[in-house]
Amino acid sequence: MLFRLSGSPHLNVPDGMPLVMRRVIYALLPAIAVYVWFFSWGVVINILVASVAALASEALLLQARGKPVRPALADGSALVTAVLLGMALPPLSPWWLTTVGTVFAIVVAKQLYGGLGYNPFNPAMVGYVVLLISFPREMTAWLPPRDLTGFDITFMQTVSAIFTGSLGDGLTVDAVTSASPLDTLRIGIGMAKTVDEVVLSPTFGSFGGKGWEWVDMALLLGGLWMIYKRVITWHIPAGVLGGLVLIALIFHGIDPNRYASPLFHLFSGAAMLGAFFIATDPVSACTTPRGRLIFGAGIGILTYIIRTWGGYPDGVAFSVLLMNLAAPTIDYYTQPRVFGHGRS
Amino acid sequence: MLIAVLALTILSALFGLLLGYAAIRFKVEADPIADKIDALLPQSQCGQCGYPGCRPYAEAIAKGEADINLCVPGGDATVVALADLLGRDAKPLGGDQAGPKPKMVAFIDEQQCIGCTLCLQACPVDAILGAAKHMHTVIRSECTGCELCVAPCPVGCITMVPLEQTLATWKWPYPAETTSWQPQPPQECVQG
Amino acid sequence: MTKPRKLWRFHGGLHLPEHKQETCHQPSVKARIPTRLILPLQQHIGQPAEPVVKVGDQVLKGQVVAQPSGYVSVPIHASTSGVVTAIGEFPVPHPSGLPAPCIVIEPDGKDEWTERHPVADYRQLAPAEVRNLIRAGGIVGMGGAGFPTFIKLDPGPDKTVETLILNGAECEPYITADDRLMREQPHEVIGGLMILRHALQARECLIGVEDNKPEAYAALLEALRAHPDGDGIQVVQIPTLYPTGGEKQLIKVLTGKEVPSRGLPSDVGVVCQNVATAAAIYRCITAGEPLISRLVTVTGQGVAQPRNMEALIGTPVRELIEQCGGYAGEVEKLIMGGPMMGITLPNDTVPITKTTNCVLVPARGELPAPQPATPCIRCGECMRVCPTNLLPQQIYWHARAKDFDKAQDYNLFDCIECGCCAYVCQSHIPLVQYFRFAKTEIRAQEHERKKAELARKRHESRVERLEREKAERAERLRQKKEAAAATTAGGAPDPKKAAIEAAMERVRAKRAAAQAAAGGETSNPAQQEPAAAETAQAKETG
Repeated sequence: MLFRLSGSPHLNVPDGMPLVMRRVIYALLPAIAVYVWFFSWGVVINILVASVAALASEALLLQARGKPVRPALADGSALVTAVLLGMALPPLSPWWLTTVGTVFAIVVAKQLYGGLGYNPFNPAMVGYVVLLISFPREMTAWLPPRDLTGFDITFMQTVSAIFTGSLGDGLTVDAVTSASPLDTLRIGIGMAKTVDEVVLSPTFGSFGGKGWEWVDMALLLGGLWMIYKRVITWHIPAGVLGGLVLIALIFHGIDPNRYASPLFHLFSGAAMLGAFFIATDPVSACTTPRGRLIFGAGIGILTYIIRTWGGYPDGVAFSVLLMNLAAPTIDYYTQPRVFGHGRS
Repeated sequence: MLIAVLALTILSALFGLLLGYAAIRFKVEADPIADKIDALLPQSQCGQCGYPGCRPYAEAIAKGEADINLCVPGGDATVVALADLLGRDAKPLGGDQAGPKPKMVAFIDEQQCIGCTLCLQACPVDAILGAAKHMHTVIRSECTGCELCVAPCPVGCITMVPLEQTLATWKWPYPAETTSWQPQPPQECVQG
Repeated sequence: MTKPRKLWRFHGGLHLPEHKQETCHQPSVKARIPTRLILPLQQHIGQPAEPVVKVGDQVLKGQVVAQPSGYVSVPIHASTSGVVTAIGEFPVPHPSGLPAPCIVIEPDGKDEWTERHPVADYRQLAPAEVRNLIRAGGIVGMGGAGFPTFIKLDPGPDKTVETLILNGAECEPYITADDRLMREQPHEVIGGLMILRHALQARECLIGVEDNKPEAYAALLEALRAHPDGDGIQVVQIPTLYPTGGEKQLIKVLTGKEVPSRGLPSDVGVVCQNVATAAAIYRCITAGEPLISRLVTVTGQGVAQPRNMEALIGTPVRELIEQCGGYAGEVEKLIMGGPMMGITLPNDTVPITKTTNCVLVPARGELPAPQPATPCIRCGECMRVCPTNLLPQQIYWHARAKDFDKAQDYNLFDCIECGCCAYVCQSHIPLVQYFRFAKTEIRAQEHERKKAELARKRHESRVERLEREKAERAERLRQKKEAAAATTAGGAPDPKKAAIEAAMERVRAKRAAAQAAAGGETSNPAQQEPAAAETAQAKETG
């Protein structure tokens, strides 16, 4: 009787990457629900459009590269990229914008580098930045929360806006959109107003952007759940949020009239989404524990710098890409001390 | 204009002198690159590269006369190591050789050996033991498998036999190629 | 009770499904004498033993059948009486599935002992004598590595042993052999520990037992209490965590000391032995019985009645499985050792060796093969569980690219191959396989380099020799020529004249010699006296 030979270990955990990717999406669900509550259905349609574009382009590229299509699609990584990009775009973004961004993310940032596991940059953020640079007008057309506009945008109106550019009844998208809270703050400071004066504007809620603060709260919750479920480690989020709070605290302490509070920075813009869902993309992030802290802190600090002194209202996407660039170097210099090796 | 020309002329003259001095002061007698190349070669002294031994081949590579892919016993690993050392592109093994051969050692059929000592003279590493009119034998642990002794034997009693795998020489396979492997079928004598 | 000992922890580790309930509550059973014994000549780390018997020889139980062939080597004994029927290559427990030299004995069923030499009081023996007895008993580390025990007991003149640790952690799933041993023979374990303490002159003795084995812990405590010199010995319960049973990990947990990379426990003043080894030492010294049997867990859903068996070394696995009710259902894999570090067997004729603690017979689907590997996403889970605090994801990257220098830069050789990383890998990458591949590949390259170096030296000395010979030949030729030239230059082509001259020369020489002898005798007689005296003296003393 002959038996099969194989190397140890003969045990392993059966659940693999699909479970991890599913959990990431589960963790996003509460935030999506809050998003829909404040800003109507746009985000859901964005996510759907992005998902279709992502899966289609991934399948096409895999086919062209002669790789097995089905298992790669089933791992859920393309879907996560699509969902993250869908969440990052303004809610009434035209369908072609979402599609272009997603296709660029999957084709250029991911597959051309060799597919999952080989991309040096976060695909969703590459897609986002390409759109931000190419279509600045569409990318800054944000919806105010519904209790500010005074009317509900229905599901059908959203669909119409995304696919035709008009909400129907002659109402254009431009007519209902406005600047995001961070943009409002930047413009206000630029006009020599103090932070307190700007924050009086109705775009702002009790501690962050109106509506946004609750979306961010849900993202924080989802992020903590992911840490609990060991989908991500605490290092990168702690680094991002810690770095952001620290630098915000310093400048807020120097001049509270010019520099917004750390709390405001945490709960507006993409800080939470970035800290828990984007910077934690393991492929393009650091892998050593200390490296992850540094990587996160770098993102937090760069985000603040771009928000405060840069030309764009938010800086999470740029900071993530910049730190992606530095990740291998950081990893190299932050290797943990191996058992039995000296402490030097 | 004139100043610029003058300045450049003086500078180049200075650097030329400096270079000339350095060339004399730091002159290296032996060619270190040939030593380094020689260190990477398997030292089987087989001459399959077309040179009379590993050292001459190393010198030929160092002079740029020989390509780096001629060493058959070294196989691809040696080509890659040489390419690394010399900053060249690795290329497949040259010649008509289709891939690396398994490691072999010479074996003398002592029944047929007539004790002519011709193989002793051919062996580049003195790995054959024997004297005139006495049968010869190969010191297996010293044999490099260069095959140089095979041709001179007048009675054809030398054959190359593959080194059989033992527990000590067995290597774990590369995982991407296979996650499980089958052993050789068990011996018949095991049955029972 | 004294206050619980302070414990340390190592990085990473895993809580695994234990699967120990299947066997840990059943008393062990003595296995039958098998129909044939296969004794591999290498059951230990080091040089294989050399047979001292021939085919057809009658051997007695406990008789040496193979002698050590170097320092790092131990003898092999016949596990029962019988006839040597073959010496040759047979399948052995090795990951390759390749056969290796073995001695095969056909038992005669009498189980007749050879002469034994029990030691009444080991305290009368010097440590070196204890070591020699342990070596003669063929005792090696029975926890899995198989390092000759006597070497571990000789840490060298410049090292003192502070702490002696008995390893009763048994952290791998399924295995309960040490658990049963500690429960059933705690006195032998403690007795062995006493002998080890004496041999090492250790100040402190600790027995580490994982807290999932409370009965074993209680049994050891009880035995220790009953023992007259139990002072300075402590049984310590340690948290259950894979791989606490690893020697370096256990030392860290119990003492907080880290054995340096590529170092030995004795570098930090610790010696660690398995509990089964201690029991074997006890039997070896006090009963004079060499290591010829051991407890083996036969378990898994693929065997009808899983249990522990006391089996003779050399018993084919199949005979043990048969005594446990045979195969249950379809079995496609046989594992010797545990599911994390065990090796697969090519067939069931492979014998139990001194290091075999478990035969795992998984039913189909019990230990499923991992799903096909997907690309590494650098999630870092492997790094989180690595007990050595390596970066498996980085080593994997370089091992896969066959960039072995880089892999070593990331401390590949500190990997203990515990399998934690591959266990948690979400991409199902056979990480440990990559590491083993890289390790064997690096060792082979090292070997090749040494061989090439040797070949170069031999070639160079050959070239030198040939040149010297050529020079010598040239020299001889030159001398011959010169001699010939000298004779021609002398202008003596006439042989007669030459002969006459030569004769005259001889006469002249003779005359001169005679003159010298006469002069010497008369002029210097004193010189000869001391010489004569010396001869006389030599005769006297002679």
